[in-house]
Amino acid sequence: MQDLDAIVKDAFAVFAGINDADELEQTKARYLGKTGALTEQLKGLGKLMPADRPAMGARINAAKDELEQALSARREHLQNVKLEAKLKEESLDVTLPGRGSGVGGLHPVSRTLERVEQIFHSLGFEVADGPEIETDFYNFTALNQPENHPARSMHDTFYLQGDNAGGKHLLRTHTSPIQVRYMESHKPPIRIIAPGRVYRVDSDATHSPMFHQVEGLWIDERISFANLKGVVTEFFRLFFERDDLQVRFRPSFFPFTEPSAEIDMSFGDGWLEIGGCGMVHPSVLKNVNIDSEQFQGFAFGMGLDRLTMLRYGVNDLRLFFENDLRFLRQFR
Amino acid sequence: MKFSENWLRTFVNPSLTTRELADLLTFGGIEIEGVAPVAPSFVRVVVGEVLSMEKHPNADKLNVCQVRVSGNADAASLTIVCGAPNVRPGMRVPTALVGATLPGIEIKVAKVRGVESSGMLCSAKELGLGEAADGLLVLSTSATIGANVRDVLQLDDQVFDSKPTPNRGDCLSLRGLAREVAALNNAAMKAVDVSVVPAAHDGKPVITLEAPKACPRYCGRLIKGVDVKAPSPDWMVQRLSRSGIRSISAVVDVTNYVMLELGQPMHAFDAAKIDGGIRVRFARPQEKLTLLNGEARELSESFLVIADDRKALALAGIMGGADSAVTDATRDIVLESAYFDPATIAGKSRMLGFGSDSSFRFERGVDFEVTRDAMERATRLVLDICGGSAGPVAEASAAMPKRDPVLLRLSRVERVLGVAVNRSEAADIFKRLGFTHEDTADGLRVTPRSYRFDVAIEEDLIEEIARVHGYHRIPAARPVVVSAPLPVPEKMRSAAAIRRLLAARDYQEIVTYSFVDRAWEHDFCANQAPIELANPIASQMSVMRSSLIGGLVSTVVHNLNHKQSRVRVFEAGRCFVADQGAYAQPWRIGGAACGHAVEEQWGMRPARQVDFYDVKADVEALFQPHTLMFEAALHPALHPGKSARLLQEGRPVGWIGELHPRWQQKYGLSVAPVLFEVDMEAMAGRTLPAFQGTSKFPPVWRDLAVIFDEKIPYQAIFDVVNAQKPTIIVAFVVFDIYRGAGIENGKKSLAFRMLVQDTDKTLTDAEVDSAVSEIIKILKNQFNAKLR
Repeated sequence: MQDLDAIVKDAFAVFAGINDADELEQTKARYLGKTGALTEQLKGLGKLMPADRPAMGARINAAKDELEQALSARREHLQNVKLEAKLKEESLDVTLPGRGSGVGGLHPVSRTLERVEQIFHSLGFEVADGPEIETDFYNFTALNQPENHPARSMHDTFYLQGDNAGGKHLLRTHTSPIQVRYMESHKPPIRIIAPGRVYRVDSDATHSPMFHQVEGLWIDERISFANLKGVVTEFFRLFFERDDLQVRFRPSFFPFTEPSAEIDMSFGDGWLEIGGCGMVHPSVLKNVNIDSEQFQGFAFGMGLDRLTMLRYGVNDLRLFFENDLRFLRQFR
Repeated sequence: MKFSENWLRTFVNPSLTTRELADLLTFGGIEIEGVAPVAPSFVRVVVGEVLSMEKHPNADKLNVCQVRVSGNADAASLTIVCGAPNVRPGMRVPTALVGATLPGIEIKVAKVRGVESSGMLCSAKELGLGEAADGLLVLSTSATIGANVRDVLQLDDQVFDSKPTPNRGDCLSLRGLAREVAALNNAAMKAVDVSVVPAAHDGKPVITLEAPKACPRYCGRLIKGVDVKAPSPDWMVQRLSRSGIRSISAVVDVTNYVMLELGQPMHAFDAAKIDGGIRVRFARPQEKLTLLNGEARELSESFLVIADDRKALALAGIMGGADSAVTDATRDIVLESAYFDPATIAGKSRMLGFGSDSSFRFERGVDFEVTRDAMERATRLVLDICGGSAGPVAEASAAMPKRDPVLLRLSRVERVLGVAVNRSEAADIFKRLGFTHEDTADGLRVTPRSYRFDVAIEEDLIEEIARVHGYHRIPAARPVVVSAPLPVPEKMRSAAAIRRLLAARDYQEIVTYSFVDRAWEHDFCANQAPIELANPIASQMSVMRSSLIGGLVSTVVHNLNHKQSRVRVFEAGRCFVADQGAYAQPWRIGGAACGHAVEEQWGMRPARQVDFYDVKADVEALFQPHTLMFEAALHPALHPGKSARLLQEGRPVGWIGELHPRWQQKYGLSVAPVLFEVDMEAMAGRTLPAFQGTSKFPPVWRDLAVIFDEKIPYQAIFDVVNAQKPTIIVAFVVFDIYRGAGIENGKKSLAFRMLVQDTDKTLTDAEVDSAVSEIIKILKNQFNAKLR
């Protein structure tokens, strides 16, 4: 009996020392082959007393199972080692750059526009659009600035040459004409923003002859100046993601709003002018057949380029129109 | 408008610091853009009198001066070495004493070429008062010797720079600003002496108002025996200069002074140059007038002029004429103070190409009740400074404007502002503004003052309440409204989505100017008659773009010049096309790509240049799920063999192609970009996906190589196959094109892959073979193609 345990123990030790699959299979014969140690034991069964045979037989079979298991475990182990060695040979330099096509990016002002649209969308504003070649009527007259009104000199206007298209045509100096066009074709309640390019005869580090504005308009039965302050303040806080941002309103003048205000926001230690706003002037409402006794509301306008500069720390407006990829790629 | 703080404080002097005073005005609606000290700080500079001077023994250009700096005539004088060319005995000059600190200099006893100097005689520049340093700053001979120069020159003063909005012409004067301060701060205001100057003779001009609507009131006054060479007093010169107005002569200075003080622009004529009476009339056609600024103008009938019986003397409310101006030879003058209708003056400075302080005020509205006060004020100043004797005021007047009362409802105030203002608060505000008012059942009836051209309707009164009450005291409140959800149209692709799509396909968005170089329109659009700007800021920005291509090409050029080897850009924007008397302004999206097809990278070498088909795939992606047709067509900007028109359901929606080699050369490009330009509107529509079942039966793939004549376009093959193929062929794509060895010249081999599948059953080999044979037969019959 000692013999059987010794065989198993010996086999385990031998298997554990083998590192080659073929050698393992050859060694298997030493125990389980025709003349293997366990086979010899089985052959020896006949020499035992018949009563002892079943028990001894069972023990030998159990030992045989143990060896088979040990063998297959070792076999699997050797396979794994081999596979691992092989995979190790195949390993990549995972730090090399990925391949394929790259990605471009939006212009920083478009990026700002998207955010502005998202914020106002969440406040229930739809987006409206209008032409950039405008008539004198929509750009000025309908906005309460008849010909020769001194307020017109606030905007240095580009006019079209040899205008034979009936009615004086110009490049819109602000997005406010969209207000008028929208109100002509829609009844209150009205809640829109109108972004776009605008043009003024002006060019230096802080002025571009073409720039971007977004106009907002909310007309309903009880939209007040207090609401204007609320909505505009909330917008700036959302846009700059700063709850502590201070927004202040200064009395000002726009012919198409009354009362009117300039919007300043806190910036560093001081204040920065960032837009204009006011309650839509009754004459403007009258021009589009909206009853100013029933409906009222506010309009505001601000510079998208200015917002972009403040948001991303851009220090020169002209960079937006130079289209240098080294600049634009910073806004991916 | 620039003005002296000290001057303003002579009218109203609230206990506010300079900063607080500026803020008061700014938050009242008169923005103070800047506050600047009149002089930098310095100490120990007094009025000195040069008693005597002698040449410096060791230096030609220096003088050794004895300077008295004390009111006490017995006090010892100082010895000061001076190099200024204008030093003279008897002159009074700013004298920096030992221990004085000037901007950048500290004064000590010093030996100047061997002579001890105990101080310094100062120029304006050395005191930080100006750039000109052509000598010592000469003080008035009446300046008190020994007095602090800061007091004598009123240097402890600030210049405010206000930016009045166009509706507040009333704030273009010191008195107007003072009224604002008084109202906003509820402070008392001092009056200006406008008492009547009695007539010393009875000579007066005869005035005729020939255009009483344009000029309903004109006052003239003859002042005889005026010494036009009398110097203007220092205080007046100083105040004018702090408002940016140069002293010219006493009479002119007085008219400018009264304009700044009371807001009434005035004019002085040489009485000898007036032929007969004064007529206020519109100019005659082509009437000529040479103005004070030297401009000789031919006038149109829309200009109002001040004329005598023969000729125009001045452009009313804008500028005097050169011929009737006061000169050194003038003895008698006629002063003018008038009210001109804003609408008559408005727009004229734009027509002339220049304006004046006067026209700036008249077009915004000058107080029509200040006309005579200003005349009295100016008369008194002229008499005080230049002497002479004044006649009576000649006044011609017609129907004057008036201020109608405006009704204010307190309920309306609350509704517009979102905050309640009670009757007594509102009444107090109007009282402070000087507006008369009376109670009504639901509010007030308010009559604004003559100088407030901006108060005509209820909202104007509400604004007055808001700004005097304080905008900051109106709470910020979220509107309370019933909010309807916004539509979310799934069949529309937004501009933002289109931009994002191109950005994801490796294009960088750009923004170029809508006005472009005329050459771009000519070259890229063959547009000989672009939409022109009347007043472009530069010739290369003079016409409106009818295509995005110019901006795209120039951006490629700019970036290639900045050593970028690969440029992929797009722009979304409007283009402008004159269209039968109107302007079409379609939104387009355009792109340009040049350089490697993908960024140069390891494992993908050799790198390939981007080509037509790469960009075509980008354009096709923009229109997904719609498919576009591409037909070879000519475009002025594009290579004639490598350009196509895009068709969507037969309608042209854009272009794609390589830049024409001619323009590549002209614009200095080392490579030709592939360009595209498509209508945004065509791209915006999308169809909703509609589910169709997928086949459960196994697909079979078959490949086929077929030789065609070189001239046969793929689209033709594709269309025929699509129309005639057996239904079990569900996909038919080209996957290789081969020309060369084994293929006859003028021929090409196309390799197709076909997906064969039935929705009802598994196909047998025989069925698949038969379908493929059918395709081969179609290609043979239609295109004379051969199986390779």
